[in-house]
Amino acid sequence: MKSSVRKPNSTGFVKGVQKSWPLYLLLLPSILLFLVFTYYPMYGVVIAFKDFKPARGILDSDWAGLKYFRQFFSSYQFIPTIRNTVVISLYTILVTFPLPVALALMCNQMKALKFKKFFQVSTYLPHFISTVVMAGMIILFLSPSSGVIAKIVGLFGFKLPNLMGSAPAFPHIYVWTEAWQHVGWDSIVYIAALSSVDPELYEAARMDGASKWHRMRYIDIPHLLPTATVMFILRMGGVMNVGFEKVYLLQNSLNSSTSEIISTYVYKMGLLSSQYSLSSAIGLFNNAINLVLLLLVNWISRKLSDTSLL
Amino acid sequence: MKRNAVSRVGVKVKKSREDRIFDFFMYALAGVIALIVLYPMYFIVIASFSDPFLVSTGEIFLIPRNVSLKAYRKIMEYEQLWIGYRNTIFYVIAGTLTTLAVNIPAAYALSRKRMYGRKFFHVFYLIPMFFSGGLIPTYLVIKGFSLLDTVWVMFVPFAVVTYYIIVARTFFDNSIPEDLWEAAQLDGCGYIGFFFRITLPLSKAILSVIALWTAVGQWNAYFNALIYLRSPELQPLQIALRNILIVNKNMGNMLTGMAGQEAKALSDLIKYAVIVVSSAPIMCMYPFVQKYFNQGVMLGSLKG
Repeated sequence: MKSSVRKPNSTGFVKGVQKSWPLYLLLLPSILLFLVFTYYPMYGVVIAFKDFKPARGILDSDWAGLKYFRQFFSSYQFIPTIRNTVVISLYTILVTFPLPVALALMCNQMKALKFKKFFQVSTYLPHFISTVVMAGMIILFLSPSSGVIAKIVGLFGFKLPNLMGSAPAFPHIYVWTEAWQHVGWDSIVYIAALSSVDPELYEAARMDGASKWHRMRYIDIPHLLPTATVMFILRMGGVMNVGFEKVYLLQNSLNSSTSEIISTYVYKMGLLSSQYSLSSAIGLFNNAINLVLLLLVNWISRKLSDTSLL
Repeated sequence: MKRNAVSRVGVKVKKSREDRIFDFFMYALAGVIALIVLYPMYFIVIASFSDPFLVSTGEIFLIPRNVSLKAYRKIMEYEQLWIGYRNTIFYVIAGTLTTLAVNIPAAYALSRKRMYGRKFFHVFYLIPMFFSGGLIPTYLVIKGFSLLDTVWVMFVPFAVVTYYIIVARTFFDNSIPEDLWEAAQLDGCGYIGFFFRITLPLSKAILSVIALWTAVGQWNAYFNALIYLRSPELQPLQIALRNILIVNKNMGNMLTGMAGQEAKALSDLIKYAVIVVSSAPIMCMYPFVQKYFNQGVMLGSLKG
């Protein structure tokens, strides 16, 4: 073999690389793409600390220090965007975290298999509706003049207010439609966890006279606890990460006081108003909080359950 | 207690009263939930086939009336939607192929225990899960490479997905036995030969799961198009949908020569029809590929 010619002190590295080169070839495309489109922009983040002028490029633009961070912190949009992000996010977790658990517990109790199948397939379906269509549906359904909800409410003699034009209603609309769309899908993990309960446990509980309710309360729920803990911790790690798409699509001038979140603000500042440095600074600020939260959550999760991302 | 008395009779007793009450409420609740989930989708379908006037005055609830294809005929004329449709089909195919071609080999390489520098590469792929340059720096890079407003931006730059790599690597770790690799090695098979001739044929499950995730993601995506595409002839379906459903752009052409009331009714109807036309492919496909999706969730819940 070639390696016998090499000097002994360099064999570790050279031999290792020589043996592994076919694998590096397989890694190459993804490494290149990551370097160019993911790592290179990480370097580009320095424009948050510069007075970026597109004509002069990143390197030649003047340093601005923390000017743009200060500008964001002192702007009148600072408190509302942070507050809206946190409110929407926590509210979403509060609703869409426990519901899938409840749904899975229900599914697990169903003995009518045909109905169970039907129930599962129908609750998964909305997951495949695209965000754009979802937002379109919400706007159509909630229209106070022609929406179907207004018509149904009208049958009972009530009048539906213009919910899309109401700032206080926005978080509720966002969260409950989110629940409608994803609860069934999110329950799959828990249904899978429940399928690993030993059937003899149920049998024994039945012999001891435990009702269905008791079996659910004392067998199923404790069984789901570890999975649920991990899921909860992971969700909490993404608190500052509210998805841009749905919020942006549902936003209008009437509800913007509760619907302007960090990501939509970054988009508007950056791409619509071309304030590149300010927008990058806000994005970086958000990213930094996310990173800290994720690491924190990862650490807690490792302490509590021996499960972690890293 | 009463239920003790009942169950002492034997295992095969009929349900206790308590259990029957429990079942009653559970099935009732499940019925209500199924109704809440299905009705909006059902309503969209029947509304899209009904008379626009009856829909707008709220006379359609359960069955379509005065069935007509008026809305569908109108959207046949809306060119932008069909251009979007065509583009999306292209992006779905190209995106799925690129994603598989880029992530699967990487996952395989990372699953080889003997690869030199494995730890380093792990960290390299993990960092982007925790940190990113953000919107503007990424935009500037895309712009710098002159990829703005080209088809490439839709499926090349963001094809590497760490999550897919982790899931696929976990699959290889668990499903491709180490003995197989050792046996293949003895027969003179190298890393690359083992990948193409043995690993890939044994990995149809994971390939289909990732392909499906990517395909559905591409079908539903609009963010990248919103940011990086300008030309109407490159826009995917979701942007065309956004113009119709949210922005009400270009609706005028379809509604020329109509009075206000009528135009409003028909524009709503067109929206229902557009939703049906754009969501039907995925919805119809779903029951057939359901098992792959469920499989995917299981794979995804394994920790890397």
